[in-house]
Amino acid sequence: MSDAVHSHGHHEEHHDEGAHGSFGSYMIGFGLSVILTAIPFWLVMSGVLGNAQLTAFIIMAFAAVQVVVHMIYFLHMNTRVEGGWSFMAMGLTIVLVVITLSGSMWVMYHLNNNMMPHAAMEMHGEMSGGDDMGAMHDMNAMANMSEMP
Amino acid sequence: MSSTTAPLETRTYHLPEEPHLHEGHSTMLGFWMYLMSDCLIFAILFATYAVLGGNFAGGPGPKDLFDLNLIALNTAMLLFSSITYGFAMLAMEKNRVSATQGWLFVTLLFGGAFLCIELYEFAHLIHEGAGPWRSAFLSAFFTLVGTHGLHVTFGSIWLVTLMVQVAKKGLIPANKRRLMCLSLFWHFLDVIWIGVFTFVYLMGVLR
Repeated sequence: MSDAVHSHGHHEEHHDEGAHGSFGSYMIGFGLSVILTAIPFWLVMSGVLGNAQLTAFIIMAFAAVQVVVHMIYFLHMNTRVEGGWSFMAMGLTIVLVVITLSGSMWVMYHLNNNMMPHAAMEMHGEMSGGDDMGAMHDMNAMANMSEMP
Repeated sequence: MSSTTAPLETRTYHLPEEPHLHEGHSTMLGFWMYLMSDCLIFAILFATYAVLGGNFAGGPGPKDLFDLNLIALNTAMLLFSSITYGFAMLAMEKNRVSATQGWLFVTLLFGGAFLCIELYEFAHLIHEGAGPWRSAFLSAFFTLVGTHGLHVTFGSIWLVTLMVQVAKKGLIPANKRRLMCLSLFWHFLDVIWIGVFTFVYLMGVLR
């Protein structure tokens, strides 16, 4: 009987421990999310930086920070939830996501560059798509060849 | 367990009782595992979009198609639904049934608004002839954003189901556990949306 009571008590404790946030923590998370969402939209829509590459880098940084904010304040993720197993699972997932994303982009970028001159031309933003591209075709292919290691 | 001198019958009596006492003790971890596997699905779709996103096949590109005002509105809807779901969880902790139901309903409205705006966007694109069949870029776009929308749709159906459950049985431990699972699911979808609006919409318009 005492065993049963103990188990029950442990059960309740287990649910309360770090599983919920407070009103304050939700509002902090929400406030940060609004700021971290609004700034990238403002940067892109107004184009204040005037440099696409720099803007892309900055909005990616904002996205990464916002993901962490959501994880902490909304998903209540920390190293103690479920005895650390949730965190371990998330770590493994992040590793797999990074391998999948960076691997796909790396492999396919080189495949496009080295194997398919057509695709490489499209990536340069030539949208005319007519027969007049035939002459450029060979030049582009040669340019790509010279870039090869 | 309670004593080393306990008779054998006592032990065999307690063991079948244990799974009952611990009902749902591994649900949250199991659901988290599901979310992580879902995350991998999205990772693959993001990778597909990253690879195919530049192949317009002479068709329209992100700059011609995406309306950032609409996307900003959509993002706001999902963000509001996230915080209102948080309020529902806070009300649930205090065992306030009507407040929980109220916030869940507000969450449903924001989720519904998100889906309506997304469907409007899709219908607009298809009407302009920029459907998933037009180019590899649009196929990848519709698959990625559509999968996210489908998740929100099923999350909304789940939300309605849980509102009915709470109305019928109140905030019993099982319902609280279900609401916590949906909380993880709902906030997880918001995390995925951060990736969608950053990589697909904002960077698409930049390119």
